[in-house]
Amino acid sequence: MIRLERRPEASQVMSYASPLIAILLMLIGGLLLFAFLGKNPLEGFKVFFINPVSDWYGVSELFLKATPLMLIAVGLAVGFRANVWNIGAEGQLIVGGIAASAVALYFQEAEGAHVLILMVIAGGIGGMLWAAIPAFLKTRFNTNEILVSLMLVYVAQLLVSWLVHGPMMDPDGFNFPQSRMFEDSALLPLLSEDSRLNLAFVFALGALLAGYIFMFRSFAGFQMQVAGYARDAARYAGFSAKRMIWIGLLSGGAMAGFAGMSEVAGPMGQLTEHVSSNYGFAAIIVAFVARLNPVGIFFASLLMALLYLGGEQAQQYMNLPSSISNVFQGMLLMFLLGSDVLINYRVSWKEARV
Amino acid sequence: MTTAADGGDELRLELNGITKIYPSVIANEDVSLAVKRGEIHAVLGENGAGKSTLMKMIYGVAKPDAGEMKWEGEVVHVENPAHARSLGIGMVFQHFSLFETLNVVENVALALPGNPDLNKLAEQITEVSNRYGLPVDPQRLVHALSVGERQRVEIIRCLLQNPKLLIMDEPTSVLTPQAVRKLFDTLRQLAAEGCSILYISHKLDEIQELCHVATVLRDGKVTGDCIPAEETPKSMASLMIGKELPVPEHSVPGELGEVRLQLNRLSRVSDDPFGTDLQDIELEVRSGEILGIAGVSGNGQQELLYALSGEEPLNDADAIVICGKSSGRDQPDRRRSNGMGFVPEERLGRGAVPRMSLTENALLTAHQAGMLKHGMIQFDKIAAFARKCIADFNVKCGGEEHAANSLSGGNLQKFIMGREILLAPKLLVVAQPTWGVDVGAAAFIRQELIDLRSGGAAILVISEELEELFEISDRIAVIAEGRLSPAKQLADTNIDEIGVWMSGMWEQPAAGVAAHD
Repeated sequence: MIRLERRPEASQVMSYASPLIAILLMLIGGLLLFAFLGKNPLEGFKVFFINPVSDWYGVSELFLKATPLMLIAVGLAVGFRANVWNIGAEGQLIVGGIAASAVALYFQEAEGAHVLILMVIAGGIGGMLWAAIPAFLKTRFNTNEILVSLMLVYVAQLLVSWLVHGPMMDPDGFNFPQSRMFEDSALLPLLSEDSRLNLAFVFALGALLAGYIFMFRSFAGFQMQVAGYARDAARYAGFSAKRMIWIGLLSGGAMAGFAGMSEVAGPMGQLTEHVSSNYGFAAIIVAFVARLNPVGIFFASLLMALLYLGGEQAQQYMNLPSSISNVFQGMLLMFLLGSDVLINYRVSWKEARV
Repeated sequence: MTTAADGGDELRLELNGITKIYPSVIANEDVSLAVKRGEIHAVLGENGAGKSTLMKMIYGVAKPDAGEMKWEGEVVHVENPAHARSLGIGMVFQHFSLFETLNVVENVALALPGNPDLNKLAEQITEVSNRYGLPVDPQRLVHALSVGERQRVEIIRCLLQNPKLLIMDEPTSVLTPQAVRKLFDTLRQLAAEGCSILYISHKLDEIQELCHVATVLRDGKVTGDCIPAEETPKSMASLMIGKELPVPEHSVPGELGEVRLQLNRLSRVSDDPFGTDLQDIELEVRSGEILGIAGVSGNGQQELLYALSGEEPLNDADAIVICGKSSGRDQPDRRRSNGMGFVPEERLGRGAVPRMSLTENALLTAHQAGMLKHGMIQFDKIAAFARKCIADFNVKCGGEEHAANSLSGGNLQKFIMGREILLAPKLLVVAQPTWGVDVGAAAFIRQELIDLRSGGAAILVISEELEELFEISDRIAVIAEGRLSPAKQLADTNIDEIGVWMSGMWEQPAAGVAAHD
């Protein structure tokens, strides 16, 4: 009989092994899924996981997709460590993208670096403003930040939709719901000429480093970790719970807003209704697969980016629907939550005693 | 002191060579003991000596790795607590397992097999409670009961199943001296009727008074069996801790200094619907003295401590004056920088973060002592502080990098106490300094408190252990139903008077007190 036995102490090894188990199970689940759909599983595996990164362009695309994920996940992890659950990064990304676009369109004729700098600031502030709403409501009225931040995603989606159908629509764009294309001065410089990878990737690596220092070296990061592990201990020590809610939500908002900026000023070059490809939600999975650790976030973001690219390839070459990426993401999260049981429990095969 | 009741030679429970090994520790090694019918058998040992593990094996919560257990002469393997109950083994745990929002009958019904009729059950409860002097109203909600009453519910719940062996785990830690008397009467009556009792405790005087036989455990092994009536507390202590029980030296109080803590008509309505409202609490603690506050738990201690620590600040700044500063509205960190240290009752989860290392736990309150530079943690300094704390306060642990939850309760308490004392507080507020701590560690902690006070600190101790307060306090007051009695010099009072005060009766003249006795 298979039984779950509670471990005397939470297993450190398992807390790191669990994401790897989840990834393995996701792969197996994917192969089964391909077989079930009548495709050759090995072919599917190759198309999904190998082909996207078989050349430099593919790898650069992987880094490009991973950039917003890294940015958002590290911002969210700061809050998640203190049990501040910002689920609305998707909306904060959109608002950041809107704010950055507004700057780009306002300075259409301008030359010089100040345009990009202002766009970065506007993107960050836009995301922070959107995250400030749940922070204010939680600290003032004790509302649930999960619900408020999530609902604001839909508000943001409608907002961007209205803007690109109205005030920000390209007047020469044949009524397509999108803004004017940005000038070069409003586009992030490319890191290499034969790819779309831009400066935001460097910023993302910097954000991971800064996140690491904040979480593991700074006293504020320590306070947030204490609050996450033991709320009463944080209160006993006199760490302000409100301050942590603000830090947690604003860091996620700022990073998501900057990710929105990096999308409109990067691969898109304009504002459209589809600023985000669900990066705000995928980053939540990234943060958890990474155990809220910036080093882990680097690798988990690359994995998640691979799922995006693999999904596109599978659409192109295997005739699978675009939702295949979401299926893989969902499997990853589900298997992760499942195998996390092993952190506190162990499986034992014991014969049932008579 | 009575001898075992009739049929004294009949063995009810026999353990032979019981061994239990956990991954990191041998909890029990080759433990043997025998309990006769109608015998009150003490299992004496420090915290971490293996008493609880042994009881868990008898009650079927854990299984031994080696050795055999005989129940009424036959070898048994107790599979689980339900099996234990069907054999006739009942256990009253140290921490009660009652649902606060259900009434007494419902709570009892939940523990019984099947679907008992609540009205009949209420009658049975009343009958048992009358027979054994355990007054409790079956229809009352548990949250409205005092700790003593809750314990009675637990005992009644066991008695309804007609146990042949009753295991009591540290039952007196939450009772007033008067309630302890009553409990002992009940236990003696049960034993006289033939029920065997395993009585787990580290309190030597109680065991001497109540128990027929004692088995002493140390580090998981039996270090001796004795007849408590023929021993002295000293001789039993040396069996229990391997050396003589250290008694704190209480030097004569010196000159009292300035007022370090002053409460001015502190009142607070509890946020918790089941909490206690504080009413007009006034007190003063001066440099160089220890003020002890006695009381049965649930009479406002928690609320007072939260107000003092700043975890629940007040609206009235002047209600609490710490070292001359009105602090009622301050957060805990402000109060700490004014010179206050605070040791809470809960060690894991409040005084310390279970999953964090001792170094990180030192940082919890020591961060104001130069451990930060530009908002960054100076890990070498904080580790040195943690190491000093471990060394000075004799904390047994694997090292400062080990997690707080790997320490025993007593050692963690020594660490927390050490952390607060090393920060050189002008005022230290301590809740339950030695709750669940072994005698050796308890004596050490008490001595540290006395030394700190002799060094000029003002100390406020809130404890439910009267003996402890009488051992360390210079003055003593009582909290009951959210009100605080006047404080008395220790020499001017005694345990009996304070015991009466614990029921809230200090306002009557002396005659009234006598009448109550």
